[in-house]
Amino acid sequence: MTTTVESPELIEPEEPGGPDAHGPDAQGPGGHGTDGHGHDAAHEHHQGPTGILNWLTSTDHKVIGKSYMITSLVLFFIAGIMALVIRSQLADPTSSLVNFQTYNELFTMHGSLMLYLFAGPFAFGGLANYIVPLQVGAPDMAFPRLNALSYWLYLGGSSMMMASFLVAGGAASFGWVAYAPLSNSINSPGTGTDMWLMSLALTGFSAIFTGVNLVATIFYLRAPGLTMFRVPIFSWNMLVTGILILIAFPVLFGAVVMLFCDRHFGTHIYSVQGGGVPVLWQHLFWFFGHPEVYILALPYFGIVTDIIPVFSRKPLFGYRGMVFATLSIAALSTGVWAHHMFTTGVVLLPFFSLLSYLIAVPTGIKFFNWIGTMWGGQVSFQTPMLFSMGFLFAFLMGGVTGVLLASPPVDFMTHDTYFVVAHFHQVLIGTTVFAGFAGFYFWYPKMFGRMLSERLGKLHFWFLFAGFWLTFMPQYLVGLKGMPRRIADYLPTNGWTGLNQLSTAGAMVIGFSFLFFLANLVTSWRKPVAAGDNPWDGGALEWFTSSPPPHHNFTHLPPIRSERPTWDYNHPEHRKDESHGDKRHREQQEEHKETVGAPS
Amino acid sequence: MKVSGAFLAIIGIFFGIVGLFYWFTSYEDAGFVMLMGSALLGLLPGGYYLWWSRRMRPLESDEPDAVVSDGAGVIDSFPGSSIWPFLLGMGALFATLTFIFGLWLAPIAAALGLSAVIGGVIESRRGGTV
Repeated sequence: MTTTVESPELIEPEEPGGPDAHGPDAQGPGGHGTDGHGHDAAHEHHQGPTGILNWLTSTDHKVIGKSYMITSLVLFFIAGIMALVIRSQLADPTSSLVNFQTYNELFTMHGSLMLYLFAGPFAFGGLANYIVPLQVGAPDMAFPRLNALSYWLYLGGSSMMMASFLVAGGAASFGWVAYAPLSNSINSPGTGTDMWLMSLALTGFSAIFTGVNLVATIFYLRAPGLTMFRVPIFSWNMLVTGILILIAFPVLFGAVVMLFCDRHFGTHIYSVQGGGVPVLWQHLFWFFGHPEVYILALPYFGIVTDIIPVFSRKPLFGYRGMVFATLSIAALSTGVWAHHMFTTGVVLLPFFSLLSYLIAVPTGIKFFNWIGTMWGGQVSFQTPMLFSMGFLFAFLMGGVTGVLLASPPVDFMTHDTYFVVAHFHQVLIGTTVFAGFAGFYFWYPKMFGRMLSERLGKLHFWFLFAGFWLTFMPQYLVGLKGMPRRIADYLPTNGWTGLNQLSTAGAMVIGFSFLFFLANLVTSWRKPVAAGDNPWDGGALEWFTSSPPPHHNFTHLPPIRSERPTWDYNHPEHRKDESHGDKRHREQQEEHKETVGAPS
Repeated sequence: MKVSGAFLAIIGIFFGIVGLFYWFTSYEDAGFVMLMGSALLGLLPGGYYLWWSRRMRPLESDEPDAVVSDGAGVIDSFPGSSIWPFLLGMGALFATLTFIFGLWLAPIAAALGLSAVIGGVIESRRGGTV
């Protein structure tokens, strides 16, 4: 049965110093507390199935978001264990922990799981799916059944990719970029490759559907008064990410289908023999692949942009600048694909180099705005804030080496060495792990109604932070000493052993740090600490409803007059009321219209 | 609507300019085609939104002083629980497996996919399982 959703009721803030001055969790507007109409009203008209049937049939964005998050975290842990095996293999020059074929499968699947199945889906399928409708005051995503379909495609695609380890010939083993002609039917004949390709087709469509959903939700389901320039930056970034998904993933799908046709149906799109062009694969792949990097980065920028003001007790510095920077990063990211192809010798170096350098400008604006937000604020270093700070350091280092790599002469020197490996791991761990877990710690109370332990969270952070630098700084050096990527062994006389051992030790520390995370989840599950509706005193709309939110999210909404409606409601003495000016202006305009007799 | 439309149109114009610049500096066709595709992706929906934003009442969500009561009434109708997305997803999974392991999987894919399509259509006509 389709449910018709009425709009929530308006709730006006009380006077300064009133009973609501310390957050709605004391006397919740949409709350589960004393008046209780939040939950009860929600339960009255929602009697869906429970248990596994609920999981299979739910079209609620909160259930789907949690499913996405759990699936992607499981895949993240599997891929992390693969990384530990890879690092263990490299700790000793002539190690035979795994054979070469297995090693190739491991680094391919590590990259594929992390990039296609964890980093993106965790952000746009998990966190965004859960948080964006709450932030824009919507009852659900715009297309709930499409949202469910997108999760099932994702789960199907991920299972297929994991199952490819079980077929004869093993999983795909050509690196996550699958360059032609290495990925053709002669060089990679196995069924594992086909499963890899088809899994990308499925998860690609799942991403496209989620992108459509995000764009439609943010354009059409915003609450009254929540104009585009009051939408929280996380939702803005998800909007831009959604559009980037719509640009990038269809190209990947096309490229994958053509590769499949080359392998099985006798076409010669990527093979020289039949008049095809192998480098076309690289063009298509990176036209997807570079926006993909920003599909993996922008959501996490958004997370950090939402967290830093909350823990600095200040509004965001430079809201419009942030929106502008997000748009420019997204726009530029689509024009830089061939900076991954400098060494092919067939691309226009100045064009791609220039555009790659230009991306540093909006990213720099973002950094200044993050620092400007903290500047002079009352910064409190709780776990989400610590992870956000970790992101700033990690991403800065990854970003600066990225600027180096945008220069063709430097790229010719370092291409396919561990320098590049260190660069993109610092970028991607900075975003997906530091910022991603910042978001997880930040929104976990909203999603599950219980707190995570601060002590375990901080231990997780500090071990992760130390392990991160210990893993990747030696990789820059070993890359500059000439160690190529994707090799399973090297000579003791190469002089790479010590640095590799440091890096492996660091990777073990990273792995160890996640035990604190798991312990934290178990603790919060077994000894729940109630979170209340707004544990961090956040400002955006998601903190206005109960934790976890009722079915269809809101029973009440505050008046929305700035980008922090919940803050305005809870702290009327600090309210930044933009409406009076606008209203007077509008009335004047209407008077003017009446006097000149213009038709309305 | 106006902001959303302008936002998409600006994306389209940007890709148009970059695409033309790219073509006349590199004469490389794959990238040019993809950039032009991206330009259309911005211009088509952006133009559509802008066209409508001049002809319709502004949305409450675009009014800076709108309050919730301005949008009172029905927001929209949302589907309840539904098994069909799951079956459609599994149908798609089996359809891709058919390409890898052979046609013997096609009947399973077709059965799942067709039942999901029929079930989904009937469900939205008469309402499903809540």
